[in-house]
Amino acid sequence: MDPVEELELFLKMWAAAHWRGPKSLPWSFLVPYVIMLVVEGMPLLYLELAVGQRMRQGSIGAWRTISPYLSGVGIASLVVSFLVSVYYNVINTWSLWYLFHSFQDPLPWSVCPLNGNHTGYDEECEKASSTQYFWYRKTLNISPSIQENGGVQWEPALCLILAWLIVYLCILRGTESTGKVVYFTASMPYFVLIIYLIRGLTLHGASNGLVYMFTPKVEQLANPKAWINAATQIFFSLGLGCGGLIAFASYNEPSNNCQKHAIIVSIINSTTAIFSSIVTFSIYGFKATFNYENCLKKVILLLTNSFELEDGFLTASNLEEVKDYLASTYPSKYSEVFPHIRNCSLESELDTAVQGTGLAFIVYTEAIKNMDVSQLWSVLYFFMLLTLGMGSMVGTGTAILTPLTDSKVISSYLPKEAISGLVCLISCAIGMVFTMEAGNYWFDIFNDYAATLSLLLIVLVETIAVCYVYGLKRFGSDLQAMTGRTLNWYWKAMWAFVSPVLIISLFVFYLSDYILTGTLQYQAWDATQGHVVTKDYPTYALAVIGILVASSTMCIPLVALGTFVTRHFRSRAKFPLA
Amino acid sequence: MLWPLFFLVTTIHAELCHPDAENAFKVRLSIRTALGDKAYVWDTDEEYLFRAMVAFSMRKVPNRETTEISHVLLCNVTQRVSFWFVVTDPSKNHTLPAAEVQSAIRMNRNRINSAFFLDDNTLEFLKIPATLAPPTDASVPVWIIVFGVIFCIVVVAITLLVLSGIRQRRRNNKGPLGVEDAEDKCENIITIENGIPCDPLDTKGGHINDGFLTEDERLTPL
Repeated sequence: MDPVEELELFLKMWAAAHWRGPKSLPWSFLVPYVIMLVVEGMPLLYLELAVGQRMRQGSIGAWRTISPYLSGVGIASLVVSFLVSVYYNVINTWSLWYLFHSFQDPLPWSVCPLNGNHTGYDEECEKASSTQYFWYRKTLNISPSIQENGGVQWEPALCLILAWLIVYLCILRGTESTGKVVYFTASMPYFVLIIYLIRGLTLHGASNGLVYMFTPKVEQLANPKAWINAATQIFFSLGLGCGGLIAFASYNEPSNNCQKHAIIVSIINSTTAIFSSIVTFSIYGFKATFNYENCLKKVILLLTNSFELEDGFLTASNLEEVKDYLASTYPSKYSEVFPHIRNCSLESELDTAVQGTGLAFIVYTEAIKNMDVSQLWSVLYFFMLLTLGMGSMVGTGTAILTPLTDSKVISSYLPKEAISGLVCLISCAIGMVFTMEAGNYWFDIFNDYAATLSLLLIVLVETIAVCYVYGLKRFGSDLQAMTGRTLNWYWKAMWAFVSPVLIISLFVFYLSDYILTGTLQYQAWDATQGHVVTKDYPTYALAVIGILVASSTMCIPLVALGTFVTRHFRSRAKFPLA
Repeated sequence: MLWPLFFLVTTIHAELCHPDAENAFKVRLSIRTALGDKAYVWDTDEEYLFRAMVAFSMRKVPNRETTEISHVLLCNVTQRVSFWFVVTDPSKNHTLPAAEVQSAIRMNRNRINSAFFLDDNTLEFLKIPATLAPPTDASVPVWIIVFGVIFCIVVVAITLLVLSGIRQRRRNNKGPLGVEDAEDKCENIITIENGIPCDPLDTKGGHINDGFLTEDERLTPL
């Protein structure tokens, strides 16, 4: 295979990964992340690539070859990929929305809108910040709870339709077009990250963020949640269990060194995570320093006004001593003012480290609005988010379409353009749910529950199937016949013991967490207070969560049962003698 | 002679203008915050200018065109640079209603601010809310324009790709059809095997199968 083809296939594998945007991994999180990558990510990645390359079929066919009872695994991957694609494109919708709004001066999330009689700013915006207001009110128009559905908002709906059209454009022609697209979607984010790195490191206060990132917090390492989070992130960011990796690997030549690919992809994954964390933490440092200095300014203003001190007398450096002086000289007045004095702390600003969509949309926009030429940085950033998201959608879309176009039944009736169009149309229609006022709450449900447990189960079954049903020795000798390399003892140990044990312990943790807390909760935005509050899910939302998890996980036992039943009947028909 | 008058004036002054007096407003300036190194010192001349600006604003109110600078009283100037002021009527016995003063200041806020190189935040009239400038709203929101452009580009690209795909498929379908037509025409003349006319393999007066090499050609020439 010539180098260009190899690079293309490699990039397609990269597309199977799901990058949600820049990572923010402090040192205490980075250590579990890298360890989990080596212990869990790399072996499982190699396993999927090897299976695809050996069986030379997509995920459904590959598992059917291993054992006819296991074709449910492929179907479960298909269902998970479909669910993921439905909700994942909503992130692209938001990126498009912010991208379109970046062409204004000033940026719409940097100023609060005025209230009715133009005497002040909108109340909700005053209580929260302008970036949060823009996110919760202007972008999502979020309702106070999941029960209040509201209607479909036409602005996000338009952006959703556009996002699906772009996805359709990319996967329209099948693998021949996706190859060209992933060149762009894989390389573009790196360019933007490098530009942001240079800008980020030169920002005022960036060093605070970097120092925070690199100071090890040993007590956080002892918290099992960090390790759980790391393990789950590795799963999702490598695209394990979605069927995409097997599909891409099935196009490889049998002699291809997929072990090398697996290692390279894992290393690139972790270096990219570290690289984007450095960028993120410099931006964090900038934002935290800015907010801290703002907070100090507010305290100084409050004290200056209350005690009629000379303007400019109080500065950050003499604040503490002057506070003590005032407390001793005017105790009664000071005790009046005291409750309003906020404790400004750089640490607490930095500690509000958020992951996921919150990081991408609220934190970064807050940092961007304070930079010079903010429109340029905003356009660059959201364009990067868009290419990342589109790359993942292309990978997921291919994972869905390959089994569909491969099946003779469907492809005989419809050309592949029509199949892709139909899939995009159905997903777009379902995705309209997320454009309603309560849409973000449903998005969180899908985000937290559609993929996590199902992927864990799928990968667990995959590992057990290869090691114990197909046989590790048989698989090892197959690989040796294909690639000419013996299977290293490390991979054998990982596949047979470590990874299954790890996955089972993750399962146990999640289930016990659910049982202990009793009910599942979500964060709802309270417009009157200007921050999020925790609420319980109503029963029908819990039912939807159950359906989401069951729809993919139940495929495996149901298909196994169905195969068993049909075989039983077929054998009875062949041999009518009881 | 002058002393009692002076005392009278100051007592009236003190009665009309004192913190939290009726119809009195507190003003707060943050000159150093606004101007940094170029900050000027707040002295009696600046106070005179302030009184002049307030008098100017009151003159714009109907029925108050005769307001003089001497009608504006300042008191309790602090180090912060904050003070209280009232506007008295020509008789200097009572102060003008707060609502009139408030509306006058609001209408001329810009002029007052710019006289001191300050803005609404650094020259505060407590209890007089500033009228904030409404944001400039374009007739069509910018984002819709950008959206429309990208939408059109994507739709055009999709249409092109789909059409070229259909055209390609139609060309592929016509290809084998062409061969079939030729086959039908040549039916009576040439026998066909596997879609290849058997002409080259036709026997020439004998049963020699041209598919095989002749004796002469079996051995390659030196």
